[in-house]
Amino acid sequence: MGIEILGLPMMYYIAMVAKVLVAFLFVLLTVAYATYAERKIIGHMQVRLGPMRTGWHGLLQPIADGLKLFFKEEIIPSQASTFAFLIAPVIALVPAFMTFAVIPFGGVIEVAGYKIPLQVASYIDVASGKVYDVNVGVLYILAMSSLGVYGIVLAGWASNSKYSLMGGLRASAQLISYELSAGLAIVSVFMLSQTLSLNEIVNQQSSFNGLGWYIFKQPLAAFLFFICSIAEINRTPFDLPEAETELVSGFCTEYSSMKYAMFFMAEYANMITVCALTTTLFLGGWNGPFATVFPLLGLVYFVAKVYFLIFFCMWIRATLPRYRYDQLMHLGWKVLLPISLVNIVVTGIIGYFIK
Amino acid sequence: MNPITPIVHGLKITLSHLFMKPVTLQYPDERPKVAERFRGLHALKVSHNNAKCVACYLCPTVCPAKCITVEAGEDANHNKYAAKYEIDMLRCIFCGYCVEACPVDAIKMTGEFELANYSRDNFIYTKERLLEK
Repeated sequence: MGIEILGLPMMYYIAMVAKVLVAFLFVLLTVAYATYAERKIIGHMQVRLGPMRTGWHGLLQPIADGLKLFFKEEIIPSQASTFAFLIAPVIALVPAFMTFAVIPFGGVIEVAGYKIPLQVASYIDVASGKVYDVNVGVLYILAMSSLGVYGIVLAGWASNSKYSLMGGLRASAQLISYELSAGLAIVSVFMLSQTLSLNEIVNQQSSFNGLGWYIFKQPLAAFLFFICSIAEINRTPFDLPEAETELVSGFCTEYSSMKYAMFFMAEYANMITVCALTTTLFLGGWNGPFATVFPLLGLVYFVAKVYFLIFFCMWIRATLPRYRYDQLMHLGWKVLLPISLVNIVVTGIIGYFIK
Repeated sequence: MNPITPIVHGLKITLSHLFMKPVTLQYPDERPKVAERFRGLHALKVSHNNAKCVACYLCPTVCPAKCITVEAGEDANHNKYAAKYEIDMLRCIFCGYCVEACPVDAIKMTGEFELANYSRDNFIYTKERLLEK
């Protein structure tokens, strides 16, 4: 139809740009309002009100915070390694947003006779009607989440301050310990799905109206993955890299202004990504009643599931205190890792007998 | 020791708190109701258009913060009265001993608690400012 560029119809490019914009804006807005929701929810859980005075019930608070951070003075410590110091927040932020490219957030919608799969890095082959996406989607996400920690380590090292360095070191040690268990938890999902493509994984969970979700087939893996993910994105109870009581503010102690805001955005964007990934792998992605009939309903289901998990993260933050460093290591290496290994073995044995 | 149940129990508690009525007072819009015996700003009681104080010096004597300054004077009827009566609110600890010590019940404490001000001089409350309105 119409003009073709590099053998693909014009509509393909328009749809691609539109999808990127929608996904980017969704993450950006959710990041802004996740900060507000977090303060509000934790406030009410502590029988307080949270922000109330900027706009109706404090609704303009994220905008006020953003403006304030934007106009703050930029401070670069005189002994800091300037280039690494400046590049670190970018390294932390960019992978956090890039991860969202492979997550399917809806079924296939039809706009002006052209079918568009709601996943940024995917397209539909018109001839065969098959949806193609990154066939190693989960590996891509694991790679991106590992890249994000370089930002934190670099920030800690480049600041030339002992608190920052401690924060950075803690972040790397924590990430290595927990990424292992998270990866092994996902492996047990692969053993069921036989594919790494996220689109395929979602499609396989569409059976039995929700009972086909992998959380019912792999409850232990879902549990492990979610715990390890919370540890990977440095949220309470695993927020040791920035433990305020011990390390001032950890890796971002020396940061100010927009650079500090970028670390904050990265942290929240990572939370959204992890919740979206948990939704995709274990909660059936955009699947739900009538989602295949009305593709936009799938989008609603996806957003609802992601927001529920984000709420769960905040709920955990309001409930649990921070782990001690040795407890963190003990939990990662002596509890979660053996359990996830056993889970793989059990999945393998059961999968061998029930085929 | 099962580590999961205490966490679930904690999550239940926080969730139940989510639906409680917050205790926050939206201060400038809402004001607290002060208790009847609240010890706030002092007031000198007035009787027949004059302060009841007879300048007996019991309140500056009993005051642990030494914040009350009294100077006695003689009025037209040759009665002793407080020519000067000042309380330094920056020193006052609002213990209420002055009220207890007063033999003629001339001083009391009100529910007024918003005493913030811009200059140190404004915290010296003179007799005129302390007189009961």
